[in-house]
Formats: sequence, structure tokens, C-alpha cells
Amino acid sequence: MLFLLPQMVASGLMLGFVYALVAVGLSLIWGVMDIINFAYGEFLMLGMYSTFWFFSLFRMDPLFSLPIQAMVVFLLGFVVYKLLIKRVVDVPGLSALLATFGLRIFLRNLAQFLWTPDYRFINEAIVADRKIMLFDGMLILGMPQLVAALGSILMTLAVFYFIQKTRMGRAIQATSMDKDAARLMGIDTEKVYSLTFGIAGACVGVAAALLASFYPIYPEAGSIYGLIALVIVALGGFGNIKGALYSGVIIGLTESIGGFFLGAEFKYALIFLIYLVVLQFRPKGLFGW
Amino acid sequence: MNSGWKIQRGPLIAAAAVMGLLPLLTSNVNLQHILILLVMYAGLGEAWNIVTGLAGQTSFGHSAFFGIGAYAAAVAYWKYGASPWIGMAVGSLIAAAVAAAISYPVFRLEGKYFSIATLAFGEIVLQIFKSWDYVDGATGIIIPVAPASLLNFQFHGLKIPYFYIAYAIFLVSLVTFLAVERSRFGLYLKAIKNNQDAAMSLGINPAKYKLMSMVVSAAITALFGSFYAQYILYIDPFMVFSLDLSLKIVLLTVLGGLGSVWGPILGSALLIPLSEYTRISMGGTGKGIDLMVFGLLIMLVTSFRPKGIVGMLTARPRAAKGGA
Repeated sequence: MLFLLPQMVASGLMLGFVYALVAVGLSLIWGVMDIINFAYGEFLMLGMYSTFWFFSLFRMDPLFSLPIQAMVVFLLGFVVYKLLIKRVVDVPGLSALLATFGLRIFLRNLAQFLWTPDYRFINEAIVADRKIMLFDGMLILGMPQLVAALGSILMTLAVFYFIQKTRMGRAIQATSMDKDAARLMGIDTEKVYSLTFGIAGACVGVAAALLASFYPIYPEAGSIYGLIALVIVALGGFGNIKGALYSGVIIGLTESIGGFFLGAEFKYALIFLIYLVVLQFRPKGLFGW
Repeated sequence: MNSGWKIQRGPLIAAAAVMGLLPLLTSNVNLQHILILLVMYAGLGEAWNIVTGLAGQTSFGHSAFFGIGAYAAAVAYWKYGASPWIGMAVGSLIAAAVAAAISYPVFRLEGKYFSIATLAFGEIVLQIFKSWDYVDGATGIIIPVAPASLLNFQFHGLKIPYFYIAYAIFLVSLVTFLAVERSRFGLYLKAIKNNQDAAMSLGINPAKYKLMSMVVSAAITALFGSFYAQYILYIDPFMVFSLDLSLKIVLLTVLGGLGSVWGPILGSALLIPLSEYTRISMGGTGKGIDLMVFGLLIMLVTSFRPKGIVGMLTARPRAAKGGA
């Protein structure tokens, strides 16, 4: 059975980088605004539908419409911030979280209303049904998964670059460290907030375009990703973007390797269990303090 | 605090009495159904309020206890032909035991780490039931129809008996919340909520009291789960273990007023009729319009009334008193 281990690790890594991208966006929102966004998985789902419609109406392959999806979900995040989150962002208590819960119900049922609960697939994507064999077939990498992993790594790096190196990125960092001090330094926190929601949206937009070529698209498609992303962010330590990246990879590996040994039906239970176990030793997350 | 209780006692008893009499005023089954859900959610809110309102630990995993209660009642009758009441008692005990077991690991965590841990716990339980052959996994359980009787916990078309069972559990929940709030135990919980380290320095053992609050809350939540299974006569893991159910309890309690005995009552009195009315009037299409409207309402209410109904009502007197 050990000879399967490289395959499991490879699959886990490929999955993990997609998780990491989704979690990095959520971690940004969390760090900057201190909001648990329960509607985040629904952003992903809408991105997948958008990818689907670009494919079926304009014959645009998911890989080519990817920048458009990033923009579409960026706009969605931006608009959601302006219309909803803005009103609850600095209110103490659970209002913001509950507002995103309302948004989650709304978006999911909007998708069901507009597009029915049926599964949809993008059948003829460029990457579909291709694979790469390595080491005489010892290691098989599905092309959609491989492209998704590479795309996720690139997008994650881009977000890191933006946060670390640009002026706006530094403003985001400053706001996440101390909002009031940032305001005193002349940072437009309102702009930072809306941009953060937009960037988080762009992260899931890219993830959606990458996932849409090999995952079914339906109103609840994003739900489990949203929950796993919450757990990944908490596992990494709130507001720690690097933590989200590493935890995403860890969770991907857990799902792949654990799912193999325990049975695929228990892979999600295992992910949530890992969180409970790890937090016993690191109560503020792996990279939190 | 005692003077506050004297002022509150009259209106509270009156409100509870009115709630108990309302279903007799109508023969409309839809209205009676709304009232049944109203007292159920109000009671669930009171139970959740013990852990979150009093002890300050925001749980997103209460559907796990609800589901355990639901499955216990269903399995008791469906597998063993035992009265659902026995299942209810067993379910409540199991939920209490599970709460005690899970309390040790989750209460070591604080704030959001705790909340996400309860969410993770709820999802684990869901995933287990989804793949557990003993309870038919994701298929769920259709509870076999039995002759209508109190012992069988089935009354067929009649809503009134179901209402009074839910109402009785609601009263249990309400009285438990008040008893905890007004006891030494409740004071410990409030001390832990305000400042855990300070509470510890006074010799309060936070782990112990948080565990107790979770156990009490879980036991009551499971009673409602059993009730719900018998009322609907069908359960599946996605219905009773859903995160949405946990969050609905959070929502209506926070909407009403977190930590106040009135909170869950006001919150469910506002939210449940709204959600059921939209469901009955728009849900027939099966397209989810009702839930779209419900989601919109949640967003509207949370963004325009972020402090809850009780917060609105009590804002002025509190300011006059100069702090609580």
C-alpha cells in the first residue's frame, strides 16, 4: 500500500493549494475586518456558475474566462461590502456574522431559483480528461487538478505580493493590525475594507474558474468549501495569511491520505477532527500566538 | 438584579401564558403549526442562551444535540418498537454525555477558536450520521405511523397535542434558564463571561461551570430534537444536523437579545412567523423563493437592528440607571 503514498501526497498537494487559495481570501477578511463570512462558499458557487455560463453561452473555456471570473467575483465582494457588510462591520456582537448567514441563504436559493438544483458540468474544457503519467505510471496527475493547483499557487503568490509590496497592500496590513491607528495615519479604512472584500472575492473567483472544469456546479457546490475554509483559517491562526496557506495544504493532504485509509465518506469528518486535535496543542492555531 | 426580576416577572408570566393559550384561539392548522415552531425555537434559544448568553461561549454546534435527540426518538420506535418517550429520555442523556465529552477539548479554546470548534464538532456528527448504516445514513428515517396516542407520541392531524408537548419543553427550557441565571451557578457563568482570568483568581473553576452549562443546554436541546422527529415523522442528517439550524437558533436569540430571557421569545416571535409565512405563501413553487426572501429579511434585520430587540427596548432605562 505504501507505493500509493506518492500518489496520495500528490493528490493531496494539488487539492491543498486550491484550499489554500480559498482560505487566503477568507483569512484576509477575517484579519482585516474580524468578520466570520458564512457566505464565502456561496461566492465560490456563484463564480462556478459564472464560469459555466461563459462557457455555455460564449464558448469561453474556463481557463480563458478565469480573469473575467476573478473580476466578476471581485465585484460581487465589493458590492456585498457596500450594500451589507458596511452596515454591520464595526458593530460589536454577532450581527456581521448573522448578516453573512442571511446572505448565504439568499445566494444559495437565488441560484436554485435561477438555475434549478440540477448538477451542471463543463464537459469539453481544454484540460478535461488529460493526465500526465510520471515514473512509468506510478504517479498520475490529472490535468484539471494540476492546472487548478498551479493556478492557485500563482494567484496566492499574486495576493501575497500585493499585500506585502504595494502601498495599498501595506494599508491593508496596517488596518488589520490596528484599525484606529491606521485611520489616524490617514488610511482610508473604508476603501481598505471594500477592497479586502473584493480581493477575497477575486481569490474565490479564480478558484471557481479552476474548479469548474472538473467539479459539478449546483447551488450547494460551495457550501463545504466555505466550511472547510473557515476551519483552515482557524487552524492557521486568525488573520495569519501564511498560516492559511500552510493549513490549506495540510488539510488537502489530510483529506487525500486520510480519505484513502478511512474511506472517502469520512474524509470531511477527518478534516474537522484534525482541527479539534491540533488546537489542543496550539489553542490559537498553528501559526497564531 | 432582584428588582429587575420583580419588574420582569409579571410580564414574563403573562407572555408565557398568552403563548400557551394562543393555539386555542384558532382552528387554522397553518397558524397552529407556526405557533408550534415558535415555542420550539424560543425554547431552543433559551437553551442555547445558557451557554452563549450567560457563559459567553458562542456555540455554532447545537444542531448536533438537536439531531441526537431526533435520532434517539426515531430509532427507539423504528428499530425497537419502544415508545418515543423512552427515546427522548435516552436521547437527552446521550446528548448530555456527548456535551460533557466534547466540553473538555472545546472549552480549552477561546473566542472564535471555540466557535469554530463547535462548528467542526457539529459537522463531524453530521458526517458520521450521513455514513452510518445503523440509522440508514443519508436516506434518513421515516418513522412508522402508529395509532394516535400520547404514549405513541403521534396525534396524526391534530396539532394541539403537539403544541402542548413543545410548550411544556419550552417551559422547562425557560425555567431552567431563569433558575441558572438567578443561581450562584449563573453568577459564576457571568463572571467567566466577563473575565475568565479574574473569575479563576476568585476560585471559580471555569472548565467545570462551562461544562455544566453545556450539559444542561444540550439535554434540553435534545428534547426538542425528539419532539421535532415525532412531529414531522421523518428525519435525515441534513435536516437535523445542519449548520443552518444551529445558526437559526443563534440568529433568533441574538435578534431578540443575547443573554436576556426575553431574547429568544421576542426573536422567534418575529422570525418564525416571517419565515413560515413566506414558506407557506411562496414555498409551493419549490424554487426557493421563500428562502430567498427569508435570507433578505435576515440581512435587513441584522443590518438595521444590530443590537437586538431587547437592546432597543432597554436602551433608555439602562442609560438612566447609569450602567448595569
